[in-house]
Amino acid sequence: MLKITGLHASIEEKQILRGINLEIKPGEVHAIMGPNGSGKSTLASVLAGRAQYEVTGGTVDFMGKDLLDMSPEDRAREGVFLAFQYPVEIPGVSTTNFIKTAVNETRKYRGLEPLDAVSFLKTMKEKMKLVNIDQSLLSRSLNEGFSGGEKKRNEIFQMAMLEPKLAILDETDSGLDIDALRIVANGVNQYKNKDNAFLLVTHYQRLLDYIVPDFVHVLYNGRIVKSGTKELAMELEERGYDFIKNELAVSEGA
Amino acid sequence: MTMSDVIQNINRAFQPTGPLVKIKSQALADFNKYGIPTVKHEEWKYTRVSGLLQVPFAIQAENDIEPELLQQYLLPCSKDGYLINFENGKFASSALSIEGVTILPLAEANQSDFSALVDMHLGRSGKYHPDGINAMNTAFAEFGAFLFVKKGQKVDKPVYINYISDNRSVPTLSMPRMLVYISQGAEIEIVEHFISLGTQDCFTNQITEVVVEQDAVVNHYKIQNEGPFASQVSTTHFTQIGKSLTNATTISLSGNVLRNNLNMVMEAEHGESHMYGLYLLDGKTHCDNHTIVDNVMPHCFSNELYKGIMDGESTGVFNGKIFVRKDAQKTNAYQSNKNVLLTDMASANTKPQLEIYADDVKCSHGCTIGKLDEEALFYLRARGISERNAKSLLLHAFAVDILENIKSEPLRAYVDQLISERLEFNF
Repeated sequence: MLKITGLHASIEEKQILRGINLEIKPGEVHAIMGPNGSGKSTLASVLAGRAQYEVTGGTVDFMGKDLLDMSPEDRAREGVFLAFQYPVEIPGVSTTNFIKTAVNETRKYRGLEPLDAVSFLKTMKEKMKLVNIDQSLLSRSLNEGFSGGEKKRNEIFQMAMLEPKLAILDETDSGLDIDALRIVANGVNQYKNKDNAFLLVTHYQRLLDYIVPDFVHVLYNGRIVKSGTKELAMELEERGYDFIKNELAVSEGA
Repeated sequence: MTMSDVIQNINRAFQPTGPLVKIKSQALADFNKYGIPTVKHEEWKYTRVSGLLQVPFAIQAENDIEPELLQQYLLPCSKDGYLINFENGKFASSALSIEGVTILPLAEANQSDFSALVDMHLGRSGKYHPDGINAMNTAFAEFGAFLFVKKGQKVDKPVYINYISDNRSVPTLSMPRMLVYISQGAEIEIVEHFISLGTQDCFTNQITEVVVEQDAVVNHYKIQNEGPFASQVSTTHFTQIGKSLTNATTISLSGNVLRNNLNMVMEAEHGESHMYGLYLLDGKTHCDNHTIVDNVMPHCFSNELYKGIMDGESTGVFNGKIFVRKDAQKTNAYQSNKNVLLTDMASANTKPQLEIYADDVKCSHGCTIGKLDEEALFYLRARGISERNAKSLLLHAFAVDILENIKSEPLRAYVDQLISERLEFNF
């Protein structure tokens, strides 16, 4: 589904990603972990098409298409979804209106008729249950005055509405209490199936107790330095990132 | 045409007769003394009007505008209101015939039971605008109108004042003048709207002075949406002589050079005023909003929010002055001006100015000039919304909190429609 090869990216002349290689297949859940500043969020941003980052090398193939060549909106319409670490508050834009616009522009791109008001509301009601989100929240301005948990639930709700093939969750667990984390994880688990895939960007192992990854990758200094299964995440939790840094120092010294 | 030709033409058009001759003659003398302001004049630094006036205008021209033609230019929502029409600067007609409301030609009002009110309040804005533009209008005050709302009268429908210029065959210089007196406990909604019928140059130098008594409520709107041939200096001057509430909203969508002076003189304790402005400009439109809040008495509250979106090569100017006089303790005065520039050729100038002579007051001001929020734009696009629609959504959202202050539902819907069309907002 997604094949990242030798991806390099920088921001304001500062090199952040230094050769990422990663392949994600349908039905898989991958977790990217790593210390602060290792490039985790940069990777998520580059995949979604954030303009501040400059791709300086490498390729990203998504379902046979060159992802890096597409505008952010086309990436979304092709089926890449980024759940933001900091969802943006947009006063004056109603959440419902926004989602309707997003859903129908995406449908149009995929050659589908726009949803009429009735079927849109019906779909919305279904997906709202996924993350236990309230109707009153959706009639408010987009994310304005939402609590941290409400913002993250809204992200997962949007994901469910847009039905992406690949969902990238950028530190979706940050700032969530245990209850909110459970709700968010539950939403993801219900959406997960054999045809879609997830890339979870996280700092802590905590999220992975609820959304169990097939693969765990450790990002350090802009490269994936270690890959494994969910046991790797537990080891990181126990021993901290220093053991990775030490291992690297030893191997580089040798 | 030189500046002295312009001054000569004004002097030639002046009529040294009639009941208002004293104030008119004084105004003409002031006009000759001040001349037309140039950009060297501090209050006119960003707005060049002198060149606009160097045109062989028909001044307060005779007119004969076909009613059927005029119909096409009226705001669609105005059919649910009372119409007052000025044609080429002269009070022409009024459909406002309800009990408790009087409308008279200003010259006539000055001969009537209202003469004391006219003497006392006509020309109050002159003190705040010692310049040739204000004086020029006053010199032609006999063509104006006086609107009086009696004590406790609530005017049931909005009053639409249309300033119509017939610039189809000749360039026109029009100087409409209104004096409005809202008595104790009365309520009124006033919509001022500018119309021009042709493509010759058209300059409207308009003044409306509104006096507000205790417990009265005034909602005032100004809609500027003429073509690129029309320029205006539009002055709205409120004097709150009793504890009252005034809301003023200025919507500027199109024109050549637009200069709005909005003054709130808070002469009574516990007065409250809200001033909102939205300027949505493109092409070469230049729009300058000058506001003055003069806190004369204590315990007054005022809030100002002006927002601008500049496209093309347009220019937005905001100059907000707040005076807090020595006796005006416990004043609360807030001011905010936000601008979005859509192109590199568009510009915005913003200048807050606070002069505070009392020591126990709360005043704040803030201004921003920027592009659309990149992060918000990316968020919308990352959900599959096209860049164009994302911009349109954000701009509409930026503008909408001004529109929310329009109390009249049909007017709000109409203005929202105009703005949505301009922003290609169709969600």
